[in-house]
Amino acid sequence: MKFVVLIKNVPDTESKIKPTPDRKTIDTQGIKWVISTFDEYAIEAALQLKEKFKDGSTVTVVSLGPDRVVESLRTALAMGADEAVHVWDPAFEGTDALNTAKILAKVVASLGYDLILGGKQGIDYDAAQTCAAVAEHLGIPQVQVVTKLEMSDDKTKITARRRVEGGDEVVDIKLPAVLTCEKGLNEPRYASLPGIMKAKKKEIKKVGLSDLGGLGPQDVGAAGSATKVVGYEPLAERLGCRLIEGEPADQAVKLVRALHEEAKVI
Amino acid sequence: MTHDVLVFAEIRDGQLKKITAEVVTAAAKIAGKSGGAVDLAILGNALDKAVDEAASLPVRNVFVVKSPVLEKYSTEGFASGLEAVIRKADPCVVLFGATAMGKDLSARVAARVGAALMTDCVDVDFENGALKAKRPVYSGKVYAHVVSTNQGIKMASIRPNIYPPADKGGNRAALEDVALPIAGDAIHGMVREMEGSGAGKKDVTEAEIIVAGGRSLKSAENFKILEDLADVIGGSVGASRAAVDAGYAPHSKQIGQTGKVVNPKLYIACGVSGAIQHLVGMRTSKVIVAVNKDPNAPIFQSADYGIVGDMFEIVPLLTTEFKKLLNG
Repeated sequence: MKFVVLIKNVPDTESKIKPTPDRKTIDTQGIKWVISTFDEYAIEAALQLKEKFKDGSTVTVVSLGPDRVVESLRTALAMGADEAVHVWDPAFEGTDALNTAKILAKVVASLGYDLILGGKQGIDYDAAQTCAAVAEHLGIPQVQVVTKLEMSDDKTKITARRRVEGGDEVVDIKLPAVLTCEKGLNEPRYASLPGIMKAKKKEIKKVGLSDLGGLGPQDVGAAGSATKVVGYEPLAERLGCRLIEGEPADQAVKLVRALHEEAKVI
Repeated sequence: MTHDVLVFAEIRDGQLKKITAEVVTAAAKIAGKSGGAVDLAILGNALDKAVDEAASLPVRNVFVVKSPVLEKYSTEGFASGLEAVIRKADPCVVLFGATAMGKDLSARVAARVGAALMTDCVDVDFENGALKAKRPVYSGKVYAHVVSTNQGIKMASIRPNIYPPADKGGNRAALEDVALPIAGDAIHGMVREMEGSGAGKKDVTEAEIIVAGGRSLKSAENFKILEDLADVIGGSVGASRAAVDAGYAPHSKQIGQTGKVVNPKLYIACGVSGAIQHLVGMRTSKVIVAVNKDPNAPIFQSADYGIVGDMFEIVPLLTTEFKKLLNG
């Protein structure tokens, strides 16, 4: 089987995210770039399926972004992925989630696939759009926010659990399909030292605009995107915490009164 | 393309979910600026009760796509049905709730019709023919202001608990049936059934009041003291990642960066240290209360009210006091 995993290179979760003084962009000074958290579950899921079937299946990771994404591709190779594809072109600058999907769908179509996996959302823009849009462009079914998955022995379908409000839905889906991963699906493995050394020597395939048949510069990047971020705004500051003093019984009385009379939330 | 706003109505167990009425409020704001009307699209099979509810909302038309094929949710089935409504109604804006279903469907349909799409918006507006939205990014550390730049349809999904629900009653919208184009055998992925760990209980993302616990609960059984408080004040119980990782609560209750994002009017954090990864999941709560033994816990910097104390002592006392307040 051919597993294709779509991954994104993003600021790590510890990063302090600050708008620049003009609030038009994010200050990327000192940011550590990593594989988006939910994409790690996708890589691990693909590796586990490959290991389960032991039938010569391959895992190909694909990432769209500037040169910094190469490090994430190498990490995925070090974890055990077989091939990596770096998709970038200066013309892609300003691409939004749906436009990214249009580009990635072309790339994935030319690679061939049985199952496409991704994280439920990139932890930078939290759009949760790209993988579903790739499924639409390829004309295949999708199941998102997957917390559990089982592939049938004949490799034609998957039974997945997906997280919804109030519980999990059981979903039956035929391959080929797109699946996005939620926390709890698995525990992503660490790259081993031999894996890291091998990954350093692996060739990373490059794909640019000219490799995408049928898409011109007006179809990609800012020109091809229907949304644009025009600015950033920090969260509102809280006015400060009022500590409630006294004996526990007293504190409870005062807090309940404050929530009822002052904050008026109960 | 008209100036109208179409709202995807979300149903659970044959009833409209609360988010639908909230999205109608957002839609009314947009329609006021775009100069159009608000319509609803409702899809499913056992729909009569939900259609009645929908028609009582302040909307013009309710487009009904009824088919046995839509008895259970499938992305392909619902995308086909909603696309058919969009082609008929020809709206300039389509709004969804930013729920599991709304996020799944909106991305598919936006890609299909070439629309602009903004996910999980906390504010939407319409100006100079463009849809504008404010939405949390970087796991809620900052807001992004996004605008549509296309001439076609603009779509957005609205975060729950942001807009007040529109009033039901006092209206009787016109009903219009729309046929479902897709055949059942063309659908290759479908929901079979629901497994409710908290079936019937409100999901934390829908809760107005949340009582959350951290690893200091020390056991799953101890979560009962939070449940007792939540029951009295009509809240739901949430958990920090540390509590979930330690096995004291299921992941479905986890609040934070790799859990759920919530926006209740009251968030009571008990024994939660307040790491940034947790804060990004609840920071927009209207009122935050922290109860923690450690006076230096970061949570106090994000709280409005705080008690430095042992939650095993404080929480039951709060339960008693709230009982007095609400029953007395």
